[in-house]
Amino acid sequence: MSQFAIGIDLGTTNSALSFYDLTAPAARAWQESILSIPQLSAPGTVEERQLLPSFLYLPSGAEFADGALALPWNKKAGSIIGEFARSHGAKVPTRLVSSAKSWLSHSGADPTSALLPWQAPAEVERLSPVEVSARYLHHLAEAWDDKFARTKATAERGIANQEIILTVPASFDAAARDLTLQAATKAGLNHVTLLEEPQAALYAWLEAAGDTFRKQVKAGDVILVVDVGGGTTDLSLIAVTELAGEVELNRVAVGDHILLGGDNMDLALAHTLNQQLIAEGKKLDSWQFVSLTYGCRNAKELLFSDPKLKKAPISVPSRGSSLVGGTIKTDLTREELTRVLTDGFLPRVGISELPQTSRRTGLTQLALPYAQDPAITRHLAAFLSRQGRAMASAHDAPVDLKGKAFVHPTAILFNGGVFKAAALKERIIEVLDDWLKSDGGAPVKELAGADLDLAVARGAAYYGWVRHGHGVRIRGGTARSYYVGIESPMPAVPGFEPPIKALCVAPFGMEEGTEADVPPQEFALVTGEPTRFRFFASSLRRDDRVGQMLEDAVHHEELEELAPIETSLPAESAGAGKLVPVNLQAALTEVGTLELRCLQKAGAGHWKLELNVRMKGDE
Amino acid sequence: MASNDNAGTVSFGKRLSLGLKMIFSGEFAAQAMAALQARESRPRTLAPEQVHASSLLLLNALQREGRLLDFLQQDVAGFSDEQVGAAARVVHTGCRKILQQYFEFEPAAKEAEGAQVDLPKGFDPQRWRLTGNVAGQPPFRGTLRHHGWVARQVRMPALAQTMDPRIIAPAEVELG
Repeated sequence: MSQFAIGIDLGTTNSALSFYDLTAPAARAWQESILSIPQLSAPGTVEERQLLPSFLYLPSGAEFADGALALPWNKKAGSIIGEFARSHGAKVPTRLVSSAKSWLSHSGADPTSALLPWQAPAEVERLSPVEVSARYLHHLAEAWDDKFARTKATAERGIANQEIILTVPASFDAAARDLTLQAATKAGLNHVTLLEEPQAALYAWLEAAGDTFRKQVKAGDVILVVDVGGGTTDLSLIAVTELAGEVELNRVAVGDHILLGGDNMDLALAHTLNQQLIAEGKKLDSWQFVSLTYGCRNAKELLFSDPKLKKAPISVPSRGSSLVGGTIKTDLTREELTRVLTDGFLPRVGISELPQTSRRTGLTQLALPYAQDPAITRHLAAFLSRQGRAMASAHDAPVDLKGKAFVHPTAILFNGGVFKAAALKERIIEVLDDWLKSDGGAPVKELAGADLDLAVARGAAYYGWVRHGHGVRIRGGTARSYYVGIESPMPAVPGFEPPIKALCVAPFGMEEGTEADVPPQEFALVTGEPTRFRFFASSLRRDDRVGQMLEDAVHHEELEELAPIETSLPAESAGAGKLVPVNLQAALTEVGTLELRCLQKAGAGHWKLELNVRMKGDE
Repeated sequence: MASNDNAGTVSFGKRLSLGLKMIFSGEFAAQAMAALQARESRPRTLAPEQVHASSLLLLNALQREGRLLDFLQQDVAGFSDEQVGAAARVVHTGCRKILQQYFEFEPAAKEAEGAQVDLPKGFDPQRWRLTGNVAGQPPFRGTLRHHGWVARQVRMPALAQTMDPRIIAPAEVELG
């Protein structure tokens, strides 16, 4: 048995590791549970921090002296991860990898191909988003082993022997989850379970609340988790139910993947101030712009923490050594803060408003699909309304929706450093309460006391303890139904793609460790030649059964297409280009990834599609 | 932590008993002599930048985050208060961050400045500085003018052996 449950928050901009001693007689002490992570803060200087910034810098051979990048566990480290990667990368942006995690869920790019750094010069060795994620995890693993398993006597405590709970955004689809797992395997983590970040945040709250949680939430409550990380906004609904006198928690819905987070907020402030500086004839270079962004973050926190302040000063240091005279001074006023940040990202909108999407040009450069509408409240309105409609039409809605226009949350849990600003929490609660009031509902209550930066890692480790039969477990299953695209037979028409039907292979709410057989139909698998698979998912279709067929998948309103797979499946025996009749079976693994299996009808052929770009042929 | 009664008495007592041991234990005295000789010979082999590597490393960090060296090396006489103030904010924010990372400070005296304090016989003269009309023998009674500072915790990193601590900040060359 593993001695520790280790929770890892692999974040878009920061990562953290928390641990829980499963053999200890009593519950863990709150403050002892975070691993201090050694990382470079400057060449030749290793310092410990609770957060590991998720940045990777790929230096040129001539850039640093021998030994300058050494880590306690690797004297010959050739790349930089963490604080120094972030700070030095601001001066050499082309060699810096950031936001690798966002690429894992990018349906337009192959996250296993060497893409990053995105704009690197040709000589820089590029890495795949999966490889970059693996390197962050490897750094955390080495930090663990360096602290707990450095000697032969303590080797048993090495991270390879421990239970790992790795968090992913709830909005990650099956493919992105599988890629995350692939990164963990590459990093040498063996016993990995995936956990959705908003659930981890709620687990952290449950741990902190202890036995008092039963007083704070009751059967019938619907908890909305609003998790705004550095780069993503993640929404989840968790219903509180009661079965035979025992409280149960059910994660009933998750939001879409929204690439919009706290970093966008600081950037928006920096761009606003930069416009003013340009108008005054002051030009910042890219490094100074980064320091303006940090300055904005500090000024923002200052203004939010002291409501009496009208403005906060920001000084952007000169690039050269003449600091006095070369420093550029500006101010962030409260009016700008409210206009750009509170009203810009959290506007007072109606419940029926939808996020705005601008039309894309025919040719767009392949880059991250950032959210086009920065209004988090609008994304929230769309989430609650769409889930309300979906649940109202479902046969066994997990939440009471009688006479309601949208799902009414009764409690709200905030997560993410953004919410250190009470004003932002208050704005969301104010907007939500307005919606509830207009729909005949009661005001929402805040579940307070969360640790905004470290809750996800803490909660993940705590979940490891819960899995061993302690405390309350959140049930969930898949928060989407999954479909595979089936080409319908039709005569070829030039310039016209045959319509694709979507066949449901995994229903909504499928539980870990279960399988679903698609009722036998006439499917044929193309083997021995390059072929393409298309996948779709829906967070709204709760009632589709396995085997159900939807027409015109590509234009279906409730379906979103996932990354396609292009591959060549090994032919069984006979000539290439063979069509093999198969049965389909979906399985949700214990780890939390989805597998699609093709079983040969009249033979032993067995192909596994792991809903990512990788594919295996097993015999 | 900082109490003004018998903080000094304990350490003074310790020093006394240690001295007695050296007289009575020939073996210990020999060990101490060897250690002293070793200590005397070491500074001759170490260059000053090695002896003071951690001071240079601290300067390096204060310059990196707070541009302290830039600020102090510049002649500020010709600049307006506005300009000096803008630069001082950079220094203040950055250096403060480093100090918070590397040290934990607390006042040497718990009392508020302006309050009356009593210094007993045997007070620690390193922690308490007498000013004004200094005469007579303790106990003393006076007004706390400055509460002093003590580093309660030090957690400075070490610089890798392969690095030259004299490089406080590298010259930066931007390639086009």
